[in-house]
Amino acid sequence: MKGDKKYILMFLLPAAAVMSIFLYYPFFKSVYFSFYRTTGFFDKKFVGLDNYKRLFSDQMLGDSTLHTLEMMVYVLVFQVGIALLLAVLVDHIKGGKGFFRTVFFFPVVISGTAISLLFVLFYNYQFGLLNHILDSLGFEKVLWLDDSKALKAVSVPTVWHYVGFYFVLFLTAMSKIPSDFYEAAKLEGITSAKKTFLLTIPLILSDIKVVVTLAITGTLKVFEFVWVISRGQSGTEVIGTYMYKKAMVDQNFGYGSTIAIYIVVFGVVLSLIANRLLKREEITY
Amino acid sequence: MQQTINSHVQTGPLPARRSRRFKPGSFFTYLILSVWALTTIYPMFWIINNSFKLSNDVMNHSFTLALDPVMTNYTAAFDKINVGKSYMNSIIMSGSTVLLVLFLGGLAAYVLARFPFKGKRLIFSVLYASLLIPAFATVVPVYELLIKWKLVNTYLGLILPQTAGNLTFAILVMAGYMATIPKELEEAAFMDGCNRWTMFIRMFLPMSKPAFASTSIFVFLWSYNDLFSALIFVNKDTVRPIVSLLNEISSQYGTDFGLMATAVALTVIPVLIVYLFISRFIEKGLTEGAIKG
Repeated sequence: MKGDKKYILMFLLPAAAVMSIFLYYPFFKSVYFSFYRTTGFFDKKFVGLDNYKRLFSDQMLGDSTLHTLEMMVYVLVFQVGIALLLAVLVDHIKGGKGFFRTVFFFPVVISGTAISLLFVLFYNYQFGLLNHILDSLGFEKVLWLDDSKALKAVSVPTVWHYVGFYFVLFLTAMSKIPSDFYEAAKLEGITSAKKTFLLTIPLILSDIKVVVTLAITGTLKVFEFVWVISRGQSGTEVIGTYMYKKAMVDQNFGYGSTIAIYIVVFGVVLSLIANRLLKREEITY
Repeated sequence: MQQTINSHVQTGPLPARRSRRFKPGSFFTYLILSVWALTTIYPMFWIINNSFKLSNDVMNHSFTLALDPVMTNYTAAFDKINVGKSYMNSIIMSGSTVLLVLFLGGLAAYVLARFPFKGKRLIFSVLYASLLIPAFATVVPVYELLIKWKLVNTYLGLILPQTAGNLTFAILVMAGYMATIPKELEEAAFMDGCNRWTMFIRMFLPMSKPAFASTSIFVFLWSYNDLFSALIFVNKDTVRPIVSLLNEISSQYGTDFGLMATAVALTVIPVLIVYLFISRFIEKGLTEGAIKG
């Protein structure tokens, strides 16, 4: 249409401006900061690759990375696993689908901060819910947030929070499978477990791939759970909280930015690996 | 699992018979589903129940029903720590973020979905790339900008970064939806003398309601729940949203269990009520390609 150029510019510019100022420009600025040693904003010195050298010899960062990876394993196994199991089960049942969908999704809408506080109340040594149960059953109280258990303890709410999200994605993917696939399977006499493993799961593989990628990148962004429950102490430091501490608490923007770049690169590499491992022919029906 | 398999084989083709038989398979299915349902319902019940108890009772009898509910925690929450103000802040900031995202994102999505022009693919690649930029990677420079522009501890100081952070998602969802609107309608509207602007307002906006609705729900939730940005960009009590207040309470009043339960309940209850009304749309939003864009 005539005069479209004007509209293209007019309609795109505002969004492009906001994104450039608050997303793209800051990202490149972070890359730039990562070559400086800083104390706050005003004291800034070019140090070349020093921050990156520090990155590789930083024991704390190595530990945080390992903690993040351990949490990622829990997320992939339990969050994605439970979501898939629940979706398969709900896909099978006749009555109550709507109820389970509503109920399973509902942790997703609650803030990680609120859930974390809830778990603070659960894990508290003296008065927490869990020790309360143990106590009333005659067992010894347990220190849930000690070094050996704290990371698992913060992983529980992290995993629990988003199961419903992936559950709904899986269930939707399953509902899109045409019913003739199942009818054919039925004629072949295929049982329901086989049906799940040979038919349903391969058919939703592209959705599983999306979910796995989301789960991986999501774990790299974990912040609230760790921050609110343990402040990153007792072996629960993850790269998100470590970055926050370096950049905002220590006001070391240069090194904080370097860690941020590391998180981005790490995320890209991990998603590429995941995509490679899950590579298959895309199925279209 | 074994039971599920058997029951299905035996009862498969005859629905009438099936309903009369005892089905151990589906019994276990429902059992597992109910157990998970319990893990999502019970914690909420627990927290709400305990929010009506004095701190001592939370500690000593956290399982008993609050048959004799006390309101002290709630009055303390509103008087001492000013929950009402934080609610207002949250609603103003997250509400404005949603409106801005819908407006800016809607226009951009319209162009990307319906206008053929050079460089469109490049724009999409840049958009997809931005999905890989977490808040961690922008926070320092954004903070610097906000200081320079004197926007730290103002509503705009949270609204603008959050808008930028949510635009990619919004544009991808809305553009995906608008692409499915038939071309003929557009041509007809053009014949009737609509220009691009009126066409957006009068046609695409109303016709893309489902996409706008699901976008606004998710953007609202993400913004309302975003502790990381709130901690950094708006840390003064007068502008603090509810999630930061919650975080504050845990460090300051960490031993007052009744008050903590109440704070959690106050943050969660409104979201849950709204959720129960709109849950259908949330799921619809997800299923209509919100995620795959």
